Amino acid sequence: MASMNMVQAINSALDITMERDQNVLCLGEDVGYFGGVFRCTAGLQEKHGQHRVLDTPIAEAGIVAAAIGMGVNGLRPVAEIQFADYIYPAFDQIVSELARLRYRSSGEFYAPVTIRSPCGGGIRGGQTHSQSPEGIFTHVCGLKVVMPSNPYDAKGLLISAIEDDDPIIYFEPKRCYNGPFDGDPDKAAQSWNGHPKGEVPEVYYTIPIGEAAIVRPGSAVTVLTYGTMVHVAEAAIERSDIDAEQIDLRTLLPLDLEAVAESVQKTRRCVVVHEATRTGGYGAELVADVQEECFWHLEAPIQRVTGWDTPYPHAFEWDYFPGQDRIIAAMRCALEV
Amino acid sequence: MSARYHSKLRIPEAPFRPRENPDYSFLHLPSPEDVAKPDCMADADTIRQLAFSMVRVLDDDQNAKGAWDPQLPVSELLEGLRIMTLTRLYDDRLFRMQRQGKLSFYVKCTGEEAIAVAQAMALRSGDMLFPTYRQQGLLLARGRELVDMMCNCISNSRDNQKGRQLPSLYSWKEGNFFSVSGNLATQFSQAVGWAMASAYKGEDHIASAWVGEGSSAEADVYHALLFASAYQAPVLLNLVNNQWAISTPQTVACGGTTFAVRGLGFNLPSIRVDGNDLLAVYAVTRWAAERARLGGGPTFIELFTYRAEGHSTSDDPDAYRPKDEWHSWPLGDPVARLKTHLIQRQQWSDEKQEELEYTLTEELTEAWGEAESYGSLQDGPHWPLSSMFDDVFKEMPAHLRRQRHQMEM
Repeated sequence: MASMNMVQAINSALDITMERDQNVLCLGEDVGYFGGVFRCTAGLQEKHGQHRVLDTPIAEAGIVAAAIGMGVNGLRPVAEIQFADYIYPAFDQIVSELARLRYRSSGEFYAPVTIRSPCGGGIRGGQTHSQSPEGIFTHVCGLKVVMPSNPYDAKGLLISAIEDDDPIIYFEPKRCYNGPFDGDPDKAAQSWNGHPKGEVPEVYYTIPIGEAAIVRPGSAVTVLTYGTMVHVAEAAIERSDIDAEQIDLRTLLPLDLEAVAESVQKTRRCVVVHEATRTGGYGAELVADVQEECFWHLEAPIQRVTGWDTPYPHAFEWDYFPGQDRIIAAMRCALEV
Repeated sequence: MSARYHSKLRIPEAPFRPRENPDYSFLHLPSPEDVAKPDCMADADTIRQLAFSMVRVLDDDQNAKGAWDPQLPVSELLEGLRIMTLTRLYDDRLFRMQRQGKLSFYVKCTGEEAIAVAQAMALRSGDMLFPTYRQQGLLLARGRELVDMMCNCISNSRDNQKGRQLPSLYSWKEGNFFSVSGNLATQFSQAVGWAMASAYKGEDHIASAWVGEGSSAEADVYHALLFASAYQAPVLLNLVNNQWAISTPQTVACGGTTFAVRGLGFNLPSIRVDGNDLLAVYAVTRWAAERARLGGGPTFIELFTYRAEGHSTSDDPDAYRPKDEWHSWPLGDPVARLKTHLIQRQQWSDEKQEELEYTLTEELTEAWGEAESYGSLQDGPHWPLSSMFDDVFKEMPAHLRRQRHQMEM
């Protein structure tokens, strides 16, 4: 075991898979010599060679297309899109090509590509470095969408993603790269050092894609979270004295609906939390799934806590960010009826 | 006084529109002897002229001339003629079947047969093809069974794509023919990735991709050129300039020069070739493939041709260009040109061509009958309905199993 932050855990996953499989390579903007703007690929080019960690032109569609071609030719490319906000130029290559290649060719061709991309706000990134576009990708059939919330999961899930034969969008909540952010910007930054999920085996291990984790067992209300909001909700629950059961979905698609339904059927109340905008967001899908599976168990309307339906504002970041207070209010609302 | 503005929009025009008399004498067509053939490892910047000129082998009288003559044995020329003829007859048959309601849609490549056929002949079977929807000649040249192609087009129980794709969007893994997308130009940059992987693995296979001059406007084309250039990937990037993107003339996508010159900005060898000349297309493809295999990296090729028929079964070309404009095309018909060339060399005759067409027509009739015996688009049998949920993922996740169950209830 070693103490690792999320960047180091991701780096370790890449290093180990590259060590184990010559067909794994990394490509993206600034990932090579420099090691990535968030340092996730630091040292990998030096260790594994220039041919395996490629600095690319600033062309996200080109990066994904190249990765698709490589995947079709037997490699397992890991493409980094520097910010999730920059993924849109690659949208056609992801949606029309990567996601549907296996289907349209009836399994003749497929590309086991992993696309890593830092997402989420709270870093003073304004509207171009803060977005959480996961709901756009969960809507696309043929993609798996993963978002870890801590170093231990980040490593195990990334290794699983790289080894998976389906294309995976792997979002990294960048506010949690260096520590579990609880949503309070005025508090001193926490580090992963000493956090149980910051204890990461240096060796190979995997966490299965499609399995949620219970962060905290409870009986009063189920709080569904993922990414940065796992830590914000955890702190909110603690502050509120509500005996909530909190789930970290970890994989958004395929969703571990069994774990979700089991919990809500037990607690009979549900709050859905995400940082992304509200309308048409992934939370809406969760709410629909929960009511389909648990309607006759529910005691109260399901609550949603999300980012507002505006672009991420630079100056009003903390009024936009769905912090602890809004989560507590939503839980109380779910408990009122 | 009002301000004076000097900027004016130029609206690109088609050379000719319906009821006008097409006259393409303004095209500058060098004779085959005018174009030198450089060493295939020549520096890109020493051969820039090839992007403005045009490689030709068959001259206006269909004699093979000049440095680019690939000196193919007669047997190969005859094979080229056979596959081009088959391609044309195959297209005619499937077009008719579409008009009879047996196909939902079809795309002919009439007038462009030399491109796919010659390029397939010049490449090796292990080379990966990333085509558009108008390179069915690649499949025929690589020996794909007619029945299998037809089953694919009518989405029946033997369709290797399980009834998921429009006709003309083939896929054939065994033949190293990549699944045709339908979203334009995406394959161009994917081919570069494939070629990068080939070089990464230390393999000798190269990739070859095609795009139309219309869809060359897509950003993917420039990503392909840049990535290919940056990493010197062993890939042939072929732009088929058939003059028309549905109803839009090439002038809209071009900017007043050749398409080939676009490769020059990326320091790629860039060659414009008479796409209606099987020998010239073969020679250029061979040159580029050899360069790629020797480690010389990518080549950008503009294949200059003319789309003789409508874009697809869904448009009437008489509505946007002169009727029979093709017959005014100065580079002629690739099938007729090769036939004439072989007749002049006393290796072929009109009678033999007629006999060939008769035999191929018989083969097509037989294949169509067999294809229909596996089911029709309208009445099936198709793949089992439940197969709709296969291949979205490698293994079917729970939500798809639930949906399949719902559908079956």
